Amino acid sequence: MTNASNPYLPAIGTIIETIQETPNIKTFRVVLNKEEDMKNFKFHPGQVGQLSVFGTGESTFVINSPPTRMDYLQFSVMRAGEVTTKLHSLSAGDQIGVRAPLGNWFPYEELKGKDIVFVGGGIGMAPLRTLLLYMLDKREDYGKISVLYGARSPQDMAFQYELPEWLERDDMTTRLTIDVESEGWEHSVGLIPNVLLEMNPSPDNCVAVTCGPPIMIKFTLQALQKLGFQDDQIITTLEKRMKCGVGICGRCNIGNKYVCMDGPVFTYKQLKEIPNEL
Amino acid sequence: MAAKFLPTNQLASWLAELSGQYRTLVPRREGDAVVFRPFEEAFAPELGVRPTMSTKASVFPKCEPLMTFKYEKDEEDPGKVMVDVTERRDDAPAVVVGGRPCDVAGFFTFDRVYNTEKIKDLNYLARRENTFFVSLACEQPATTCFCNWVGGGPADTKGADVLMVPVSGGWLMEPVTDKGGELVASLEDGKAKEAEAQAVKDKANAAIGDAVDVSAAQDKLLALFDDAAFWEAQSSKCISCGTCTYLCPTCYCFNITDEKFGMEGVRMRTWDNCMSALFTMEASGHNPRPTKAHRLKNRVGHKFSYYPSLHDGNIACVGCGRCIKSCPVSVDIRAIVQNAIAAPAPEQEG
Ligand SMILES: Cc1cc2nc3c(=O)[nH]c(=O)nc-3n(C[C@H](O)[C@H](O)[C@H](O)COP(=O)(O)OP(=O)(O)OC[C@H]3O[C@@H](n4cnc5c(N)ncnc54)[C@H](O)[C@@H]3O)c2cc1C
Ligand code: SF4
Ligand code: SF4
Ligand code: FES
Repeated sequence: MTNASNPYLPAIGTIIETIQETPNIKTFRVVLNKEEDMKNFKFHPGQVGQLSVFGTGESTFVINSPPTRMDYLQFSVMRAGEVTTKLHSLSAGDQIGVRAPLGNWFPYEELKGKDIVFVGGGIGMAPLRTLLLYMLDKREDYGKISVLYGARSPQDMAFQYELPEWLERDDMTTRLTIDVESEGWEHSVGLIPNVLLEMNPSPDNCVAVTCGPPIMIKFTLQALQKLGFQDDQIITTLEKRMKCGVGICGRCNIGNKYVCMDGPVFTYKQLKEIPNEL
Repeated sequence: MAAKFLPTNQLASWLAELSGQYRTLVPRREGDAVVFRPFEEAFAPELGVRPTMSTKASVFPKCEPLMTFKYEKDEEDPGKVMVDVTERRDDAPAVVVGGRPCDVAGFFTFDRVYNTEKIKDLNYLARRENTFFVSLACEQPATTCFCNWVGGGPADTKGADVLMVPVSGGWLMEPVTDKGGELVASLEDGKAKEAEAQAVKDKANAAIGDAVDVSAAQDKLLALFDDAAFWEAQSSKCISCGTCTYLCPTCYCFNITDEKFGMEGVRMRTWDNCMSALFTMEASGHNPRPTKAHRLKNRVGHKFSYYPSLHDGNIACVGCGRCIKSCPVSVDIRAIVQNAIAAPAPEQEG
């Protein structure tokens, strides 16, 4: 916590760079103003932060840069409402509030030695990116790494500046797909679950990490099950409306679990054990 | 500590004396409602009926600043705007006179969430530590009272600094804490009224009747989670007004919003309530609790199942009955809990 004493008090950070990823996703690279805050900032892949635009409010975003690259903290923001629209109007040099890290994280220690399949849809690639880059930075710790990233159209695909590298690396497999044919598109065409079945990853010693819109998750789960993945071999992240981010405001509960504290990362096995209120 | 006696005709002067040192809140009649307001000599406190509002706002205000912020232009570089944030906290000492034992008990529900090893809500804690309670014992429980089902009682002293017991000609003031002893130090000796006060308490304890065991609700409410028909039946009358949560001494959910005036502003915390449709509405438009049945399930489930499962079996309801008494359509949380306990176990899947 950047402000161990007062959980609501954001640290102030400066946007050092922005990237227009897609028409409605913009990436912010942020450095905390206090040098020692930045130096002492520790987090795990999958943790989130609350970004503040003072005067408009706060919203939750995944820290999608990995802890192995601490030059800045990266957040990718899809325009959805008030805070996200205001964020989109900001540029390098602007000040924002950061309350981070919050929540739990991907079990990256337990995943050591395993094969990993990433399945991301749209903005859902953001949380996966932090774990993927972490694993690429610790490449020898993990087995085969495959990535399936889908978006509606080529223009909706984020992180284009690093996709060529992912495609070229010989220590990982990358598959990109869009929903319908588009001129100049050289990769797959088809819905994520179908392409996943085509890729046919082996579930042996493998864990699938998936994130995307609810409908994609639903069919991706079915595809993974068809491929033989067990419930504890599937990891996903949950989205809930959040305010405090620290288990107090009472907004993000599902039964006695709080997505802001017990999540956002859950295995499919854990999800089956909590009440059905997604 | 020795009990004191407060004669009816000295109530105002004692409250005036307290007001010199503390923000002193007392129940006051406003229209049909009895609410807690700072003591003023012109208004006699309403101690005869149960307050409509709980004492919750004394420690957890409906609306409070968490911090202020200020944007400042850099003189050297006009394109650059810095922002400065300052914490805001109100810890001025306060005394609340005339809340009921169940009201004060409500704060223990907060404490387990707002003051944990990991997370401390400093705004809450600052006022919690500096707010003192002179609770008024209930002579006659109302038909909506069920404090004894959930670990309380009409003359319970848990959380109070002084217990005030109605006796002929005034109140016996029984200090519970050292602070309570201080608050009543100036009053006359109460020894002569002790036996009468005990009789009042005994009578109230007897009048509230036998407690209903609701411990089975914890598992039963969970078991009924997917029983949509059950929840639709329980919530059929509800009009989603939220009154039940605003009046409840244990409802602790809040919203955080910013207000900006020119180059500066304030980040506010305000009460929020899970009976409102927008409470869980996500930016995508998806709402995990789209109907009032989903929302009522969460309110009852939180109080009688989820919260106890996380906090050593403590129920997040103090049985004050406000949600029953003030609900425009008389939704009765006691009935829902008992219906859940009595409902046949839902069929197990596969
Ligand atoms: C764990 C987690 C991680 C996330 N990670 C990311 C990420 O990396 N990138 C990303 O882009 N997003 C992420 N999100 C989603 C993101 O938090 C939301 O998109 C964001 O909070 C929207 O904020 P907003 O202020 O722009 O929208 P709001 O203005 O709050 O709401 C947008 C829309 O929601 C509805 N709405 C919600 N509440 C109300 C209300 N009270 N009154 C009226 N209408 C309401 C309306 O339809 C409104 O137009 C994440 C969410 C979670 C929980
Ligand atoms: S749920 Fe109802 S009875 Fe229980 S504490 Fe809240 S208002 Fe009182
Ligand atoms: S007070 Fe009654 S009608 Fe209003 S939200 Fe609560 S249960 Fe529903
Ligand atoms: S966001 Fe407040 S409890 Fe989870």
